[in-house]
Amino acid sequence: MKHLLLGDEAIAQGAIDAGLSGVYAYPGTPSTEITEFIQLHESKRKEGEPIFCRWATNEKTAMEAALGMAYMGKRALVCMKHVGMNVCADAFMNAAITGVNGGLVVLAADDPSMHSSQNEQDSRFYGKFAMIPTFEPSNQQEAYDMTDAAFAMSERLHTPVLMRVTTRMAHSRAVVVTKDGTPRQNKMSLPENVQHFILLPAFAKRNYAELVAAQDEFVRASETAGHNVYTRGTDPRHAILTCGIGYNYVTEHLAGDTTRSILKITQYPLPTALIDRMVKDGAEDILVVEEGQPVVEELLRGMVPSSVKVLGRLTGVLPRMGELSPDCVRPALGMQPLPSREADSLVVSRPPALCQGCGHRDMYAALNEVAREYASPRIFGDIGCYTLGALSPFHALHATVEMGASVTMAKGAADAGQHPSIAVIGDSTFTHSGMTGLLDCVNSNSNVVILISDNLTTGMTGGQDSAGTGRLEQICYGLGVEKEHVRVVVPLPKNMEEIKQVLREEIDYAGTSVVIARRECIQTLKRHLKAAKK
Amino acid sequence: MNKNIILAGVGGQGILSIATVIGEAALAEGLYLKQAEVHGMSQRGGDVQSNLRLSSDPIMSDLIEKGNADLIISLEPMEALRYISYLKPDGWIVTSSVPFVNIPDYPAIEEVLSHVRAHKNHVLLDVEQLAKEAGAPSQAANMVLLGAAIPMLGIDHDKMIAGVQRVFARKGEAVVASNTAAVEAGYAASRH
Repeated sequence: MKHLLLGDEAIAQGAIDAGLSGVYAYPGTPSTEITEFIQLHESKRKEGEPIFCRWATNEKTAMEAALGMAYMGKRALVCMKHVGMNVCADAFMNAAITGVNGGLVVLAADDPSMHSSQNEQDSRFYGKFAMIPTFEPSNQQEAYDMTDAAFAMSERLHTPVLMRVTTRMAHSRAVVVTKDGTPRQNKMSLPENVQHFILLPAFAKRNYAELVAAQDEFVRASETAGHNVYTRGTDPRHAILTCGIGYNYVTEHLAGDTTRSILKITQYPLPTALIDRMVKDGAEDILVVEEGQPVVEELLRGMVPSSVKVLGRLTGVLPRMGELSPDCVRPALGMQPLPSREADSLVVSRPPALCQGCGHRDMYAALNEVAREYASPRIFGDIGCYTLGALSPFHALHATVEMGASVTMAKGAADAGQHPSIAVIGDSTFTHSGMTGLLDCVNSNSNVVILISDNLTTGMTGGQDSAGTGRLEQICYGLGVEKEHVRVVVPLPKNMEEIKQVLREEIDYAGTSVVIARRECIQTLKRHLKAAKK
Repeated sequence: MNKNIILAGVGGQGILSIATVIGEAALAEGLYLKQAEVHGMSQRGGDVQSNLRLSSDPIMSDLIEKGNADLIISLEPMEALRYISYLKPDGWIVTSSVPFVNIPDYPAIEEVLSHVRAHKNHVLLDVEQLAKEAGAPSQAANMVLLGAAIPMLGIDHDKMIAGVQRVFARKGEAVVASNTAAVEAGYAASRH
């Protein structure tokens, strides 16, 4: 069958067709559409076995649940954006030590150029860090095919497999040819050796030695699986090594020119034998075209003789930062740019903004007015739509770092003597990583106000279910916040005076308080009203 | 056949619906297609674009290079100018003339329009007004714009109309009819 699929959707379809039993994920651009596609598939499924596909509370719970499913012999997929890898790193690194019983594929979607992210960390480092095989498909068809290959490899070599994609492929559509037939899920089966999953030092040492010993096999797989392809050029003195979608920009520009040798990499660890062959063929310089950080460029320097020049992002032939584009790859190949017009000087930037009618707007309007009543307020923001409160017209935030940091940074600032010290965090981010920080606040009765801007959804990524919806007060009580200091307001212009008064009272209370500003996301509300009409 | 198209607008205006219809028609023609989209933060009222590439041969890059776009289709006039360095010297701009002002420093609209007109190959239309005149709701303005771009797309008018009808078929006859009327209105205005 032929389908027009986003890269993300191709991975989802590939996993479904590979007999997936469960997908575990927390929404994050550019990975969200993978899980959404599987959820849509499940909502329409009339036959066959069910696939577990409910959103997880964060990437760590997702990774651990997937490891549990793979422990039972089934195939599990974990999906996240690149920074989610940091959240689940403990589980991820140690899953490499336990190994797996069924199939475990970890999908990290990187966001070079930071289209919707706070950094452009390269998840291939995590693959190398954990010493596990890593796939990086160059196009949507490969994304589909490699998902199946990744599960097969995970089961065959008893290791988690990392799959790394980047924004451009994740969010680009192309025709994908899929397999026919009904997928069959694995039956439950227990691990043969349970000690593999008990990481006491004595067992872990043995496991780690096995992982180290398996590295040669992983390299051999990279050399023989057919995902890495070396093509000798007619003038092999000049060679190009492409990673993932870098291949597309190079081949488009070369337009059939076979002068230079090309080594196309879509599977790691690097295939030593293919690199050796490229060098033996007489390569004098190797241009590394990779999306993200110069991971391969650095590694390659240690793999080839010092007489071979390795060129790329570190040598300035390609930009040090940002995603690849046909524009930056062209000069790296020594080609002149196409004739083009100057940018139009009239054009001004149009940054994203909170929607008209959004509850976060009313929350910020009230918060800003109250904050102005104090000499030196500090407001610590978090990750979500409401991060846009840092921009015009609100300019409300003094920090935004990573998921959950608002709560604990506000605590640290309060510990240092700051008052008022206020955290602004969304409902989904609060359950993702804010709850444990709130417990820290309670335990030291920190003088903070935690303002949970509750829109009943995970808004920034398009309105996915939020793990704590309907239970935020209970969660705060349970963590030990005093009942009279868990306040709920409805962020609407008509309630402005009441909201301000509540904020003043809780700022002036010398202890930990929570203010929940609750009103449904305007986007999901529109969708719900439309659905109700039908 | 080889067409590189940049679809531009402001988050929420509906550029992806234009891409969906062109994609539908292109696939029916047996063409290869790649379509890079913007998801995530920018969709919140920021500038958005989609790179749509059609070809009778396999396509490698998901992105269009500077100086290599045949066509910019924009639902907003300043957004059309944002991608001007991507346009081929003989490329076309097909854009709505109606500004979307959600920023304080939006330039004088007359100046924006004169910059569009300064390019020889341009079609500048009040797509909202044309949608209204065609008896279609204002949401169909994007289909008027699509109609205006048909002569530059390299896909037959009738095949594009068939694409519109297939894409909207699920939504019922009335929606198909009003979107078809919108496309025809744009097509007529563009050729005028």
